[in-house]
Amino acid sequence: MLSQESLQQIDREIAKYPPGRKQSAIMSALRIAQVEKGWLPKEVIEFVAAYLGMPPMAAYEVASFYNMYDLEPVGRHKITVCTNLPCALSGGVYVADYLKQKLGIGFNETTPDGKFTLKEGECMGACGDAPVLLHNNHRMCSFMTTERIDQLLAELEKQ
Amino acid sequence: MSAHALILAGLDGDRTWRLQDYVARGGYEALRRVIAEKTPPEAVIAELKNSGLRGRGGAGFPTGLKWSFMPRAFPGDKYLVCNSDEGEPGTFKDRDILRYNPHAVIEGMILGAWAMGCTRGYNYIHGEIFEVYQRFEEALAEARAAGLLGQNILGSDFSFELFAHHGYGAYVCGEETALLESLEGKKGQPRFKPPFPAAYGLYGKPTTINNTETFASAPFILRLGGQAFLELGKPNNGGSKIFSVSGHVSRPGNYELRLGTPFAELLEMAGGVRAGRKLKAVIPGGSSSPVLPADLIMDCTLDFDAISKAGSMLGSGAVIVMDETTCMVNALERLSYFYHEESCGQCTPCREGTGWLYRVVHRIEHGLGQPGDLDLLRSVAGNISGRTVCALGDAAAGPVQSFIKHFGDEFAYHIEHKKCLVSPMVQEAGRQIHVSRPC
Repeated sequence: MLSQESLQQIDREIAKYPPGRKQSAIMSALRIAQVEKGWLPKEVIEFVAAYLGMPPMAAYEVASFYNMYDLEPVGRHKITVCTNLPCALSGGVYVADYLKQKLGIGFNETTPDGKFTLKEGECMGACGDAPVLLHNNHRMCSFMTTERIDQLLAELEKQ
Repeated sequence: MSAHALILAGLDGDRTWRLQDYVARGGYEALRRVIAEKTPPEAVIAELKNSGLRGRGGAGFPTGLKWSFMPRAFPGDKYLVCNSDEGEPGTFKDRDILRYNPHAVIEGMILGAWAMGCTRGYNYIHGEIFEVYQRFEEALAEARAAGLLGQNILGSDFSFELFAHHGYGAYVCGEETALLESLEGKKGQPRFKPPFPAAYGLYGKPTTINNTETFASAPFILRLGGQAFLELGKPNNGGSKIFSVSGHVSRPGNYELRLGTPFAELLEMAGGVRAGRKLKAVIPGGSSSPVLPADLIMDCTLDFDAISKAGSMLGSGAVIVMDETTCMVNALERLSYFYHEESCGQCTPCREGTGWLYRVVHRIEHGLGQPGDLDLLRSVAGNISGRTVCALGDAAAGPVQSFIKHFGDEFAYHIEHKKCLVSPMVQEAGRQIHVSRPC
């Protein structure tokens, strides 16, 4: 179900916790699985749960509670825009509107070619860099302007 | 960029975060001395108490006192947890501490482990700053390789293991017991207190949880002495503190100042209100702290007691600045949406109440407000406050109550005239500046 590399990464996470506390690695394990698979189908969540020796339902509770896990397919590039107050004061809503217009999609939608998904995010803890957005959960893009969005999309388009 | 900086002093962005740079700044001196001199744990805690250090995560609880609650003699594992799940809108100091000075946090945690007899620690890092989590892991590896972490630290018989753990998008996990649930691999729903974590924490064992900046302050306190740290600030408000300034200022960013510094000085350091506009309001301590109008905040000094006297909270030191182009109804709508989104759903007053608050503020903002809506908002907010397991409910109610208290006219105008008191042209002009800002 998961590659050897992913399993090795999960093993490294498990080793951080005391014996018998493998469940503590669930958040990392789901993150690692999602990076490999692009999103988290039910079978993958069940596999991860079995790997950590926890009930599938407990793993599903985690996957559905934290909003960076994707329980439905997303585009190759997921862009999450912060529209919370500090970002909004600095143009965050404009950034979101500009992306919607450029990509021709709304929040929680994916472009027909499967390349881009747009999400609305909540505080990313980088308000001094506002407006900010996240690319595929792990890359923070700061001080976004229309020009910088154009650059980012052009760069991602090529990948 | 900061007056009286300790944690942020001598940093040069991405170039000076490594172990060797920290050591060159005097890093790990405090730990080496404590271990060489076998400083009694009680003496370390006494120094913390003398320093007047109060928790930097928002609640402002005296750190030395918290450390003294830990039952050192309890047999078996005791845990130390760092709360770097920084998701309170407006707060972005822990991100800079972790990416530019991670070893200050590591040293602070090792000192805490020494003082409290902890065997194992975790730093829980906000999911959205994953790059910072990766850097912190690198810093941990450096510390382990240098014999500063793990078995027999610096050749002594003292051992302490420290690991990084990441969140993945849940504001509520910044609440300490929700964070513990999350560390145990569960959904992050807060626990009822008491028992407090010192009695029943991670895996049911005694646990102490402090904020990132709190831990990062500990090495400086032990190096300078508690009294010198205290004197940086003012009585009951010891030390310097990092303020995260966001919103309508020319230079948003982190500024480390003595507690008790006038707000006007911080505003000036942050370049003042952008484009020479007039200050309208400030949220002084993160989105959960009550908003203060310009005239009140301009008279404040930045410390726990002064801000509290003005009717708000120093909180996490997240200063959100709003100028005259801001529509306060629109601003509150953003915040109410956030709390509604982030309510964990465990307590009915919060789960239902935050949705109610958002929907009513939303309809006022969109010209559909009804007479009586302000009373309704006050009533719903009042019925959330104090009726939930954790403080998220109060955090959602607070902004609603304070926005209506100080800017009630604007809300009433919206309801009566179906439009904003601040003209759309003015709001538009306010937004354009930042969108076209060259970066």
